[in-house]
Amino acid sequence: MRLRGFGWRHAGRRAWAVRGVDLRVRHGERVLLLGPSGAGKSTLLAALAGLLPEDSGEREGSIEIDGRPPAQTRERVGIVFQDPQSQLVMARSGDDVAFGLENQGVPAGEIWPRVDEALHRVGFPYHRHRPTAALSGGEQQRLALAGVLALRPDLLLLDEPTANLDPAGADLVRAAISRAVDDDTTLILVEHRVADALPLVDRVVVLDAGGGVRVDGPPDAVFTDHGDALAADGVWVPGRQVPARRAGNPPGEVLLTADRLGQPPRLAATDLAVRAGAALAVLGPNGAGKSTLALLLGGLLKPGTGRLVADAGLAGADARTPPHRWRAPALARRIGSVFQNPEHQFVTGTVFDELALGPRRTGASEAAVRRRVDELLQRLRLDRLAGANPYTLSGGEARRLSVATALATAPRLLVCDEPTFGQDRRTWRELVDLFAELRDAGHALVAVTHDAEFVAALADRTLTLARPPDTGVAPPVAPTAPSVTAPSPEPPPPATPAGYR
Amino acid sequence: MIGLEPVARPDAPLARRNPVAKLAAALLFAVPLLATLDPVAPAIAITIELAVLPLFGVRYRVLFRRVWPLLAAAVGVLVTLVLFAADRSGRVLLDAGPVVVTSTVLLTALGLVLRLFAVALPGVIVFATTDPTDLADALVQNARAPARFAIGALAAFRLLPLLGQEWQMIVMARRARAVEAGRNPVAKLRLFVSTAFTLLVGAIRRGTRLAVAMDARGFDAGVPRTVARRQHFGAADWLLVVAATVVASAALGVSVALGTFRPLVG
Repeated sequence: MRLRGFGWRHAGRRAWAVRGVDLRVRHGERVLLLGPSGAGKSTLLAALAGLLPEDSGEREGSIEIDGRPPAQTRERVGIVFQDPQSQLVMARSGDDVAFGLENQGVPAGEIWPRVDEALHRVGFPYHRHRPTAALSGGEQQRLALAGVLALRPDLLLLDEPTANLDPAGADLVRAAISRAVDDDTTLILVEHRVADALPLVDRVVVLDAGGGVRVDGPPDAVFTDHGDALAADGVWVPGRQVPARRAGNPPGEVLLTADRLGQPPRLAATDLAVRAGAALAVLGPNGAGKSTLALLLGGLLKPGTGRLVADAGLAGADARTPPHRWRAPALARRIGSVFQNPEHQFVTGTVFDELALGPRRTGASEAAVRRRVDELLQRLRLDRLAGANPYTLSGGEARRLSVATALATAPRLLVCDEPTFGQDRRTWRELVDLFAELRDAGHALVAVTHDAEFVAALADRTLTLARPPDTGVAPPVAPTAPSVTAPSPEPPPPATPAGYR
Repeated sequence: MIGLEPVARPDAPLARRNPVAKLAAALLFAVPLLATLDPVAPAIAITIELAVLPLFGVRYRVLFRRVWPLLAAAVGVLVTLVLFAADRSGRVLLDAGPVVVTSTVLLTALGLVLRLFAVALPGVIVFATTDPTDLADALVQNARAPARFAIGALAAFRLLPLLGQEWQMIVMARRARAVEAGRNPVAKLRLFVSTAFTLLVGAIRRGTRLAVAMDARGFDAGVPRTVARRQHFGAADWLLVVAATVVASAALGVSVALGTFRPLVG
């Protein structure tokens, strides 16, 4: 694989997504590709996979795989993306692995043995008839990997394959990668969490935000010689602790009490108390109902079982009404919610209007709105983007904006679902600092998270949810009423009060 | 919401038939019924449809759950005709001021309602007994449909249930941002439109990602595709298609013989 001064600009964009990359990778090398968000890592992988048609943008320099352009080597290159939902094609697991083999015209007699072999290599635990919709995120990601491995690629490209997964699921995917990749396969991996990825690679390439390759070499040398500079740039350099931000004051009054709060079949009955001036981290595997709990605490979902009681300190005169029945402006002044997918929350056409929306809706004066918005733009490094469309922001910028919009109405309680997911180290630290300041100013914070470092740095208490018993149907990402034809779920498990640590 | 996934016992004799054969049989059975406005032919068709239901392995209760929205449509037809029918000849059954219900009005309404059911039921039965993957396979293998269309539609179909979840997510996310219509109908409509727009943007993004993932695995790359799951179209499948045609013609024949046949045209 050889790149000479490679660059790519998507049609209709002024800035180059990636530029000036000179890189040579030999057969069998395993490369970790790093760089701050927006450096063009995903674009580079797409180019290598031959997924950038000539008419979809402008190219500069050259890119070759074994001397040929990527468009001609597509059947020898496999790529796994971040989101399992949008890369599985078929309804049954085995059919999905067979999909690529059918496309390549593999004789029918060879297909099923190769499917079974690929499923075995990634440690897929079910029969190939298992519906893809009934798999957890980690299982889906291993299935996607099997679908690529069945094609026996020479070059395997992995674009943050574990970013959406809980730690246990991510470990299994990494184990599957290390087991499944043989010595002849070249591997290029994009991954934010460097320490987890290091056992899989023997070379590290860091792209520079301004274009080109910044550092290139064996992992030890790269991190010994350039660790400080890389860390300052937002790269997760292994072994570098981030300072913890523990609460300076003891927790204050109780703002919100959950009494056997649940939402069968996704969330078993849970007891908890949310206190002012404290940060609570909600942990647990994928499918344990963490996101559902966040929606319930955010007053966005009617509890299926149990009660959610707001204290007068949070709700004033409304304390007798459960939060899901508050009017929306009242809710937004009291409880801010940050969703897992920032784009769900964007309503307006510019970053400025997005931040101004909450204060305007809750009746602030225009001068106060402007003051508040300017302050948030400064604080979250969004001031240059005030006129930009929220949908055009990078992942890190969109996350900072979604947190800022929740803070715009100065709610006493902030509920966040995976606030640090997919963030580079710089944004991560800014978020932790911001949350710590809020907490020390007497706000309450509830964060649903898989991020152990985030918990270590910030959480005063943790609550670990267990996965409800398997009903054969994967818990949906978002709560929905069970459909009429779905097999009826098992009764909710005997309520186990989730324990505090 | 009407479910679309199969609910039949898969080993029932007619449920096992080739999906393309079932689809063709349903069309050949239903389309001729459109030719007449009388109640007799559709009534015979419905009787036959209900009689063969056990052969498809579908329980009556399940069928009822799927077709109840049609009942609402039937009531709509009935009310509309009673109020607005032009032909008010025949015996007067009810005279309530401006609304005169006559035997002709009721007969026309009955014909239309029965036709609605007779034409819709075969389609409902086919989709209740057919796995979408099998249908796509059979369309490609037995009906020579382009794989780009059949497999592409199948993949898109798999994403449909996500849209409902996505909608709820967007509504909740907006409530969290203090965006809620309250009781004002104009605000409600505007919020609905803007929520639908957000949903559409998200669906297009997800669809694009899926298309890229399919491309990356060589879909529609110009290589002739092989098939992992073979669909057979045998004598029994031909028999089903022929039988459906014959039975539909017979139902029309009875209607003609009884003199009730009222052609749609002429």
